[in-house]
Amino acid sequence: MYCLIAAEVAIFTIFVIAYIFYIGKSVSGPQPSEVLHPPIFLTVCLLSSSLTIHLTVRFLRSGQIASFGLWWLLTIVLGTIFLLGTFREWRHLIYDEGLTIQTNLFGTTYYSLVGLHAFHVTVGLLLLTTMSIFTFRGDVGKQHSGRAEVLSMYWHFVDVVWVVVFTVVYVVGR
Amino acid sequence: MPTESISLTGPIATRGPLLEQLHQWVTTVDHKRLGLLYIFYAVVFLVIGGVEATIMRIQLIRPLNNFVSPEVFNRMFTMHGTTMIFFVAMPLVFGFANYLVPLMIGARDMAFPRLNAFSFWMTAFGGIFLYFSFIGGDGLYGAGNAPDVGWFAYAPLTSQTFSQGHSTDFWTLSLLVSGIGSIGTAINIIATIFCLRCKGMTLGKMPLLAWLNLTMGGLVILVIGPLTAAQLMLLVDRYLGGHFFDTQAGGSAVIWMHFFWIFGHPEVYVLVIPAFAFVSEIVPVFSRKAIFGYPIMVAATVGIGFISMSVWAHHMFTVGMSSSGNTFFVLSTMAIAVPTGIKIFNWLATMWGGQVHFRVPMLFCIAFLFQFLIAGLTGVMLAAAPFDWQLTASYFVVAHFHYVIVGAILFGIFAAFYYWYPKMSGRMYNERFGQLHFWLFTIGFHLTFDFMHIPGILGMPRRIYTYEPGRGWDSWNLIVTIGVLFQAVGVLVFVGNLLWSYWRGAIAGSDPWDAWTLEWSTSSPPPAYNFARIPEVRSRRPLWDLKHPEDPDWHYE
Amino acid sequence: MLIPAFILAVPPLSPTNIFAPASTPAQSIFDLSLFVLEVTGAIFVVVFSLLAYAVVKFRKRSSSEGREPAQVYGSSQLELAWTVIPVLIVVTLFLAAARVIASVQNAPKPDSAIDVTVIGHQFWWEYRYPSLKVVTANELHIPVSDPAHPTPTFLTLLSADTDHSFWVPRLAGKTDLIPNHPNSMWVDPHETGLFLGQCAQYCGTQHAMMLLRVYVQTRDEFDRWIREQSQPAQSTSVISEGQKIFERTACINCHAVAGTAANGRFGPDLTHLMSRDTFASGAAPNTPANLRQWIKDPSAIKPGSKMPAMGLSDSELDAVTQYMETLR
Repeated sequence: MYCLIAAEVAIFTIFVIAYIFYIGKSVSGPQPSEVLHPPIFLTVCLLSSSLTIHLTVRFLRSGQIASFGLWWLLTIVLGTIFLLGTFREWRHLIYDEGLTIQTNLFGTTYYSLVGLHAFHVTVGLLLLTTMSIFTFRGDVGKQHSGRAEVLSMYWHFVDVVWVVVFTVVYVVGR
Repeated sequence: MPTESISLTGPIATRGPLLEQLHQWVTTVDHKRLGLLYIFYAVVFLVIGGVEATIMRIQLIRPLNNFVSPEVFNRMFTMHGTTMIFFVAMPLVFGFANYLVPLMIGARDMAFPRLNAFSFWMTAFGGIFLYFSFIGGDGLYGAGNAPDVGWFAYAPLTSQTFSQGHSTDFWTLSLLVSGIGSIGTAINIIATIFCLRCKGMTLGKMPLLAWLNLTMGGLVILVIGPLTAAQLMLLVDRYLGGHFFDTQAGGSAVIWMHFFWIFGHPEVYVLVIPAFAFVSEIVPVFSRKAIFGYPIMVAATVGIGFISMSVWAHHMFTVGMSSSGNTFFVLSTMAIAVPTGIKIFNWLATMWGGQVHFRVPMLFCIAFLFQFLIAGLTGVMLAAAPFDWQLTASYFVVAHFHYVIVGAILFGIFAAFYYWYPKMSGRMYNERFGQLHFWLFTIGFHLTFDFMHIPGILGMPRRIYTYEPGRGWDSWNLIVTIGVLFQAVGVLVFVGNLLWSYWRGAIAGSDPWDAWTLEWSTSSPPPAYNFARIPEVRSRRPLWDLKHPEDPDWHYE
Repeated sequence: MLIPAFILAVPPLSPTNIFAPASTPAQSIFDLSLFVLEVTGAIFVVVFSLLAYAVVKFRKRSSSEGREPAQVYGSSQLELAWTVIPVLIVVTLFLAAARVIASVQNAPKPDSAIDVTVIGHQFWWEYRYPSLKVVTANELHIPVSDPAHPTPTFLTLLSADTDHSFWVPRLAGKTDLIPNHPNSMWVDPHETGLFLGQCAQYCGTQHAMMLLRVYVQTRDEFDRWIREQSQPAQSTSVISEGQKIFERTACINCHAVAGTAANGRFGPDLTHLMSRDTFASGAAPNTPANLRQWIKDPSAIKPGSKMPAMGLSDSELDAVTQYMETLR
């Protein structure tokens, strides 16, 4: 998983570099400072989900399947809130502000970077949900804590990427 | 200790029907079979890529020729480059790594056998998808054709404006898919080496081949990502109206070059480091001496891996970077010559004072040393940026990189083929035909690629489907084309030898070369489970210790 | 490494030989390249000798059957030596290269410099002399430069479409023309004459036929050429049949003829077409027969050229060719 994360980090790095390179270079269209509002609540949700997943893996290691299942589900809920919030932000940007991936360099780099992250969140949620299904069927036990830990590593990676994306897009880029 | 083994190949009478055998191959997760699948796949594409090169060389045999149209020629060089790098060299490297790494570290298989199979089939699909472009590339427009944007696909030539239809997308998507396969294999190599070494084999005691493949795996993990990212951006530009490389909207064509070469340069080290690995295993055995300076060889390789990630813009000396930018990349590029040179000296020192046996694998290794030396030196010339301002994008640089990829990498791979063929097939290849292959191919290689430097010096750019007479390029191009004939015949002899020897070669036994690493302790070919009992080692050459109990290596390491 | 020396020794082997510099940037590169060749040549001789010696001296002999040679695992002194010496060589080469990079890239621009803007197109070269008010195509005229009183030509490199590269080996190293990324280079040719080159960055189907012709002239000749090029087309009292067809059909969408209604910029400026030795950026000599063939069907001469066949009848072709002939 570490290797996979390293490879994914390489992909994200290039998208971040492109974003940073093109800051301020859009020749027309909406600019970041005009239309972007830092999604604080969503960020809190996502980062909390890292906390919940960390806790829940410990539950599984000690065999507390019920608590594990609950907090795992909570992680999924928090992640889903983040995702839905992102789509809501996009709807606002597209329909109200007129910013699409085609509009200008800002649009292209913004939707690509945030979109790539959202894609990884989606994949993560699918993986976590799969685990949830197995848990509620009673198939998951203490011996699977290694696998849960590997999934949680992926999830932590997704969160760390968000910290970087948030900083670059909503703090530095504005 | 030598293991007993039960051969699973068995007499023909007890093997199942053909369909069942094919099914076993298609669904296999055994690293040895996957390794062989990669290798077969690569050899087929080697021939196809060779045909593409031959077509180009016939077109260029004389000025203002019209053997093929410019459109066809431009597709040929694009497909030739893309095929050779991604569907010949990479699969060969991964194939040998797959086959050899678990055997040499005393493991039963790779860490993730199913991921292994998945990675192979992704790579395989990528290649077939790319070639489908000959039929489907133009989409709605017509009969279809293959990508013609060059293997590094510079923007904005790849935008919808300049590349209509789908031919460029075949390039993008096929590489995207096979890139996923490459990452999977790299994950496997790294995890296997870190977690599945046999007892007693610390990192400092594993064969150099394992170290070098570990470095290669690390590089793949770090650099395929940038290529994937750049290709996703290209797709966004072409299909979602994005502007990453859209110069009309303020986008940058240069940033594509940066992203591509951040992948592209380390990529060639991904290809050459395994060739180093083969030479590092073969030269000692045929010089009857341990490799000289194991620790520094490891350090030099890891150093090469790191430095290779900082040299990429030497492909961009002419795009108008500042003088300080250019100067930095001169320094980093020249710096990489130091660890590379160290390795050449260490191989020489291994031969020095030894007993050199001129079997076919060693012939290819000696040629490798000679040719890699020259390739490295022309690389140093290109590293001097002002000299590069003349030489880049000319036939000089084409000669340089073919010197590395064919003269060093392919020669190293041929050495590996001959050295491990007995292990993989259980039979000895035919020595005479192996020598014939060697001499034909070496003569052809030198005819083509030595003389190819000259048109570059005389001002001939690359990627041109024809050229004016009176530039002084004519006779050199003729000689270059003639060399192709020798190489083609050499490759045919090679393939014929492999096939013929499979059925008619002498039985090889487990250790025909009197070698020292673990793969020679099991039968040829190894059983599916590799070793009856997982070995335990005390030094870098466990079989040397067994054969020389009075003077084992672990007294000295 | 002996090969470049042999190339130098033989008289003009090629009009595009990088080892026959005729301008300061090319000369600086040439001097650096000789140094680099000497160093790499020496390295080659040393290492190759060691390899050849090893292969001969340490080959297996029948007398050594059955015995393994002494196993030597390494030597710190040797390994240190062949680390330190290459580092020193690298530093030397690096410094030599850095000096030339600075001298070429950061050369100051004297007031006497001629400015030319080069715009790369698929598959031709546009040349504009902004201060001299000249626009032309495919054949560049610049003055010779006397080392005592240099009059270099500074080129600003732009692109109208995709990437190209300006490479005239005897005058300078190549520099790319990249859209949205202006570059600059300079040349100061020491001798008059015609210098050849071609586009060196794959730009599409006819990359191979995007040739360069640089005419280095004496100052007087150059001034005269400028005067002629800045004139509009000679106007005639009666507009010829060819000109009418030219202005009626889509020709004027792409081409310009100064002083007439034609001011398209997509294709080469034709005001002084007949002053050029070739057309289609060097693809064909400028003769009436070739011109007519070109206008009839460009892809017969340069398949993949962006100029479409205009579908003119034979008499229309004759008329238009005659009109072109008047554009001196």
